[in-house]
Amino acid sequence: MATLYWNLDEPEKRYMLSGNEAAARGALEGGVRLVTSYPGSPSVQVLECLAAVAPQRGLYAEWSINEKVALEVAAAGSFAGLRALSVMKADGLNVAMDFLTTLPLSGIGAGLVIIVSDDPGAHSSVKEEDSRYLAPPAHIPLMEPATPEETKDMVAWAFVFSEQVGLPVMVRLVTRICHARATLTLGAIHPPEGVPRLPQEMRFVTAGSRHENTHQSLDKALEGFEGSPFNLYTGPAEPELTVFTSGVSYLYAQEAVERLGVGERVGIFKVGTIWPLPEKVVLDNLKRSEKVLFLEEIEPFLEDQVKILAAQHWNDLGRLRFLGKRSGDVPWVMKARGMGELDPDIATQALAKALTMDFQKGQEGLREKAEKLPKIELPLRLPILCAGCPHRASYWAIKTALALDGRDGFVLGDIGCYTLGALPSGYQTLSTVHCMGSGAGLASGFGKLGEAGFQQPTVAVIGDSTFYHAGIPPLINARVTGSQYLLIVLDNDTTAMTGHQPHPGTGILATGEAAFPVPMVELIKSLDIPVTIQDPYEVNETTETILHLLRKGGLQVLILRQACALKAMREQPRPPVYVDQDRCLGDACGCSRLCTRVFSCPANIWDEKAGKARIDEVLCTGCGVCASLCPEEAIVIQREGEEHAITP
Amino acid sequence: MPLLHDPFNVIIAGVGGQGNILASDLVSRTFCEDGYFVSVGETYGATQRGGSVMSHVRLSRRHLYGPLIPEGEAHIIIGFEPLEVLRMLQDYGHALVRVVMNDRPLYPLEALQKKVKYPSPEHLISRIETLAAELKIVKATDLAKKAGNPQAQNVVMVGAFAGLNWVPLEKERFLTTLGETFSGERLELNKMAFDLGFGVASGKRGHPLR
Repeated sequence: MATLYWNLDEPEKRYMLSGNEAAARGALEGGVRLVTSYPGSPSVQVLECLAAVAPQRGLYAEWSINEKVALEVAAAGSFAGLRALSVMKADGLNVAMDFLTTLPLSGIGAGLVIIVSDDPGAHSSVKEEDSRYLAPPAHIPLMEPATPEETKDMVAWAFVFSEQVGLPVMVRLVTRICHARATLTLGAIHPPEGVPRLPQEMRFVTAGSRHENTHQSLDKALEGFEGSPFNLYTGPAEPELTVFTSGVSYLYAQEAVERLGVGERVGIFKVGTIWPLPEKVVLDNLKRSEKVLFLEEIEPFLEDQVKILAAQHWNDLGRLRFLGKRSGDVPWVMKARGMGELDPDIATQALAKALTMDFQKGQEGLREKAEKLPKIELPLRLPILCAGCPHRASYWAIKTALALDGRDGFVLGDIGCYTLGALPSGYQTLSTVHCMGSGAGLASGFGKLGEAGFQQPTVAVIGDSTFYHAGIPPLINARVTGSQYLLIVLDNDTTAMTGHQPHPGTGILATGEAAFPVPMVELIKSLDIPVTIQDPYEVNETTETILHLLRKGGLQVLILRQACALKAMREQPRPPVYVDQDRCLGDACGCSRLCTRVFSCPANIWDEKAGKARIDEVLCTGCGVCASLCPEEAIVIQREGEEHAITP
Repeated sequence: MPLLHDPFNVIIAGVGGQGNILASDLVSRTFCEDGYFVSVGETYGATQRGGSVMSHVRLSRRHLYGPLIPEGEAHIIIGFEPLEVLRMLQDYGHALVRVVMNDRPLYPLEALQKKVKYPSPEHLISRIETLAAELKIVKATDLAKKAGNPQAQNVVMVGAFAGLNWVPLEKERFLTTLGETFSGERLELNKMAFDLGFGVASGKRGHPLR
């Protein structure tokens, strides 16, 4: 078995850990006893790391049905005296927000830490969201680490701090922390102590009158933040410019100073405790220089907080120039205006501009040499559904059935691997994409428009994990209101998007132990909604089923059940598929390269030399769907025991 | 001994599903053991599904750098796919960049759909040769098949990188990292993949960069 570095009892040893592993390590060093999460990138691995060592370390770890329940389960631990952690991505924080805003009022027991991961640049999300803005309305202290090592130390300290101030504490991570790896030094793991108990005299009741207590706690948090070593100034005593920075941007700021060789002129103030903003230490650093440059990800949160503080103290501060995203001195990323990921080049450009120095990104590179060569266009590589993905077959069938139905039907989606149904890989099938479960919710609305004269058939797709997370209430809503639509559950028996975590239907717990598998079919049937189950790999039969259900109308559920191809291949490889090039007619066929050009599976490639279709045997997962689509039956599934010579 | 460049920057370029992360993990942990400050940036999540993927590995003897390499400052590119190598090379390659790559193409959907032509292999290779200070091609997928699994091309490429000695480090250190990562049959397969890569690369040893 691979070494679990985050679990080693080797204090003072140096190892490479990812930000997520470091967060898990920090929780162990901070004495965590209970941890909950719902899988969301970029912070999926935090719970996985802790679940892997749960029995050994005397802690309870669970994948919860959604983030609100996750936070409630964690809070129960805290109330009963156990240090507890809940981990979620920014989108998940929105789900948990309702409960979170009550916690500072009800008060907590043992330390309660919430790790929220933001995704600047939206690398594995449908949107960016700067969750730092949600700390003030929730009335909870907020911190942000700059490196994996600081993540470890900050998470460990957050449990202690949470207990001291009596509030949940939020640690905000970003993708370039979570998915980065760096050398760090391990500390000692805190052994489990204490037996959980909810004393009769303890009351955790939310009431408006308790706002005063909350604000007293926040005052205490502010005091604690003022002296925190996580806030750090480095540089000359009287710099020409001070960079105010937080999170991974701190490292970009350091590199920018180094690249421009301006260490004598520029100071860096790293803010680790962000809200409530440590006013005294911020004011001290504002007095260092007239020019202040803000480097942070995503929105100008720190920039705004500091400006508000400066406005209150304008009389003592004198003239100041604030340079940041707000002023246009720090550019948004090239991807889109308003997207706020930083990198070392953006940081260096912004610093150079603030110091009126020349800097061109890539100046040490090959750009000049490359520009002298004749231009060649490089095909883009958009994210696609994997080879053999059952969703591809499902979208093929849905799209075909809607075309055959001919009533201008449409498909509503949400977030998961199947969001790729909005891109060419999924035939641009989806008309809407929003958040977890939103396709089913929107369908519940569209399905009621018939009374106003709406005639288009409505289809919603939802993943199996998403169905449990956010799909059940909109389905019940539709059942009660009489909304008419076809809900298609794309059931691949896992949470595929985030790397195959279990969900309530899989019958497996986070620790790998067996659990009660929630029966999806019986659950839906108990609502008296008709359910059909079909294997999407039987793509022609699936098309017919969908067409039949569309024509029948009413509220229907179709479960398209087939295991995620990546998982299936790992567990039980299928016999390969190959092209019989004697049967393939090439471009003379008239199918217009149906397999490679239209079906769009990356394993269906074109053999330029032969002018015929071919299967990439490294990528193919043997699903056989292309075999049932080929008009010449030239794609063949290899039978057991049969050896096929693969064209080199 | 100081590095020729500090920070020293390595990019591993490939396509989602090719095992970038395992490769950067092997490389970075091995250098960590040798006392370097190592920082790695990965792109995965939605982009892992057949999209372009790169890992940034940054070594320093002085302090920890951020997880992203600035444009024009990659000193080595370990490439799993030639189109991705060229894409990364143009933006990230340092004027003296060295490239070791698997030249087996993986066709993007755009190319299969005939929207944009995938450049010919000869054209791709000659362009990379012109831009890079040094190019070493490794038939990594074929070697991985020989080791027992074509997916192990990532470990073949790590072996080739080690064999080239561009950043000198004892082979034994890499083997220790492999041993901490795999066990049983998988360890044997990956050791063989590493050795095959190491063998073809060390046949023509380059000049160390420090």
